Amino acid sequence: MTLFGQTLITGLLIGGIYAVIAIGMTLIMGVMKIINLVHGALMMVAMYICLVLFKSFGLHPYIGMIPAMVVLFLIGYFLQKYSIERVFGVETILPESQVLLTLAMALAITEIVRLIFTSDYQSTYTPFSSKCFYLGGMSISVPYLVSFGIAMAFVAALHIFLTRTDLGRSVVATAQDRDAATYMGVDAKRITNFTFGLGTALAAAGGALLLPIFYLFPDVWHPYLAKCFIITILGGMGSTVGALSGGLVLGIAETFGATYWSPGYRDVVGFIIFVLVLLFLPGGLKKVIGR
Amino acid sequence: MAKKNWFLLAILGLGGVAVVAIPPFLGGYFQHVLILIMMWITMATAWNLLGGYCGQVSFGHAVFFGLGAYGGGLLYLHWDISPWWGMIVGPLLAVIIGIPIGLITFRLRGAYFALAMLALGETFRIVFTNWESVTAGAVGIITSRTWGAEKLPYYYIALAIAALSIYVAYYLIRSKYGYYFVSIREDQDAAEGLGIPTTRYKLYALIPSAFFTGLAGAVFMNYIAYIEPHLVFNLSAISIMMILAVMLGGAGSLWGPVLGAAIYTILSEALRAAIGPISYLVFPIIACLIIMFLPDGILGDWDKIKRVFSRKKPVHVGGE
Amino acid sequence: MAYLDINHVVRRFGGLVAVNDITVGIEQGEIFGLIGPNGSGKTTLFNCINNYHPANSGEIVFKGIPITRRSTHEICRLGIGRTFQVVKPLRRMTVLENVMAGAFLRTDSVTKARDKATEVLDFCELLHRKDMLAKDLPIADKKRMEIARSLAGEPELMLLDETAAGLNPKEIEAAMAIVKKIRDGGVTCFVVEHVMKFIMGISDRMMCINFGREIARGTPEEIANHPDVIKAYLGEKYAKGK
Repeated sequence: MTLFGQTLITGLLIGGIYAVIAIGMTLIMGVMKIINLVHGALMMVAMYICLVLFKSFGLHPYIGMIPAMVVLFLIGYFLQKYSIERVFGVETILPESQVLLTLAMALAITEIVRLIFTSDYQSTYTPFSSKCFYLGGMSISVPYLVSFGIAMAFVAALHIFLTRTDLGRSVVATAQDRDAATYMGVDAKRITNFTFGLGTALAAAGGALLLPIFYLFPDVWHPYLAKCFIITILGGMGSTVGALSGGLVLGIAETFGATYWSPGYRDVVGFIIFVLVLLFLPGGLKKVIGR
Repeated sequence: MAKKNWFLLAILGLGGVAVVAIPPFLGGYFQHVLILIMMWITMATAWNLLGGYCGQVSFGHAVFFGLGAYGGGLLYLHWDISPWWGMIVGPLLAVIIGIPIGLITFRLRGAYFALAMLALGETFRIVFTNWESVTAGAVGIITSRTWGAEKLPYYYIALAIAALSIYVAYYLIRSKYGYYFVSIREDQDAAEGLGIPTTRYKLYALIPSAFFTGLAGAVFMNYIAYIEPHLVFNLSAISIMMILAVMLGGAGSLWGPVLGAAIYTILSEALRAAIGPISYLVFPIIACLIIMFLPDGILGDWDKIKRVFSRKKPVHVGGE
Repeated sequence: MAYLDINHVVRRFGGLVAVNDITVGIEQGEIFGLIGPNGSGKTTLFNCINNYHPANSGEIVFKGIPITRRSTHEICRLGIGRTFQVVKPLRRMTVLENVMAGAFLRTDSVTKARDKATEVLDFCELLHRKDMLAKDLPIADKKRMEIARSLAGEPELMLLDETAAGLNPKEIEAAMAIVKKIRDGGVTCFVVEHVMKFIMGISDRMMCINFGREIARGTPEEIANHPDVIKAYLGEKYAKGK
């Protein structure tokens, strides 16, 4: 019973962190309607920035997160403005050129990082990292808990931003109907560039939250990119509530898979969910929740 | 008009003689590169059938490559059967598993299909890595090379397979299949309205595509004599590079993938020799540049390339 | 039993009922016109016949064969051709190749398909464009190519969706002539249209729908003078005035 509870809670906590990363992607996908495969690599870059700040200045990732987010916002903004925008809507024989472009960018960025930092595993280990607290026989990792808390704060802040501020509402409008938003005076291009930056900054935050828990190496983002997709499709493109619920569902499903099936197959759980959702629930959880 | 055809045929003939007659006189390293070129030509041509002609862009073709390689590998591992039987078993395995994969994923369109195939490629990699009792896991399978250090026989086999793949592609493209593939690519709904059973024809494109990709995998298994999941089910080195090779030369044409595969292999070997591990960085950057500036490849964007070197303005015919 | 029997067909999208219990029979050899204000459900009805959007309830029977649950390509094979409201050319193929794609429905041979396509292009007076890329055609030719493409599959019933939209008066005349020519060649035509000159000029019988429901049926003259039709298009005032 305690194993069940522990698995459930751990799954929930990690799911919340997944949600932050995925919310960035679902925003971008909602506004641009393109598949963004560089999201994971940019998250990894943020993690390396936090690592450097940690090793050079002793800044804990929870603090180093802030400058990392700013830097990634800018990187995302410029990538979108000067590169991805170029292939937007261009008619080519192979229709998926922008998907390929983002993937190629991701590979390029990974190799650049590998050249600088090598493939060695790194970590930001502090005594805090291995702290656990015990609740009725279940062991719960403190970094998981703190990261989850910060993640939820981000989700709430984003929700307020999107619903209460003009800029946020412009983002939502552009996502729902680009042309209508333009007619209402929204500069769709600027909003698109901004949203890419914002989504990337959120990925940066998620990465920083993962850093105290996991090892860091250039290819670390592969499974997280996949999880982002699964969550985006599961929760419904463009829906922040969907991304949150999708993240929690995936976190729980994965952790149960890792505990009761086999740790090696953890990521396969996600892929199975992915294909099932694509086939049977094309609108995602959003449709079921009715948001 | 007839003159042009004779000219092209002559070039083709000369090229054919060259690829058969010259290699025995080249050094071992060059023969190795030629083998790789032939393998990549097969893979690029195969992918192009499904992706370039039929418009179903798969980000997970490494599944078929890996299955093709493991067909022979598993025979050797479990029953000591010569991996040469893998040349038949591997591609067949790729097709047998490919058909249900297609039936499931062809319900998805565009980028979602691409991603589902990517997910499948990664799933196979993970499963083959973890299912150690059956596949020997990450340790991989080592076999012995039939001809030791001799490369020439492998070259001729790879050459024959590459030629066969080009021939099959040529035959399909000029037949009813080809017209139907392109119709599906251009507008799947219109195609259905014309009586084309789109799912069935997508499968008709998938089967040779999976078969030849698997065959390339089987050649790889026999030539390199070592396979492991991360090598043969690899996303970036195989699935993505296949697409890059096709894009480089020009998707949706017969010779585009051949050209792209040749350039890709030569470039990748040359870079690796010249600047070492940095070459892994160069390829994604080249890919980005191609997608941004030359998305239809050398053959497809030939007009664009010509225009860079001349001063003529493009002429637009009327229409929407 | 009519040639094409549409029986109590209903099609919903979420909460909206686009086609609300339509029943009509199309007779062989006629040109049947369907009109109605924007959003009245005309194209949706076509999509139900073709099964692009399956009907939620009701039955559709063609030549005595129920087609409600069949797949789109099967329905085409049974003899129903279709053109689209927004043209769907196979853009990077030539006009000839586009029509060949339609011709392959009845043959496996490339030469036979090419011959058939040439013949149909000639019939539609589009032969001079045969080697042009479909995406470079002007709109009137794109529409005509779409008709030719469908004709190459030797349909017995053609669903023509807003063939005259976007055409100038001269092009409309030419389109009317083509449709009449098609009917005279033995193909029944079910036509959806907004351009009154076009549809009134060629239809044998007509029906008007609004909000997915039938509101009038009869000859073109009867439809033109029907108070409910006038009310649907112009409002209560004008209907009363008549």
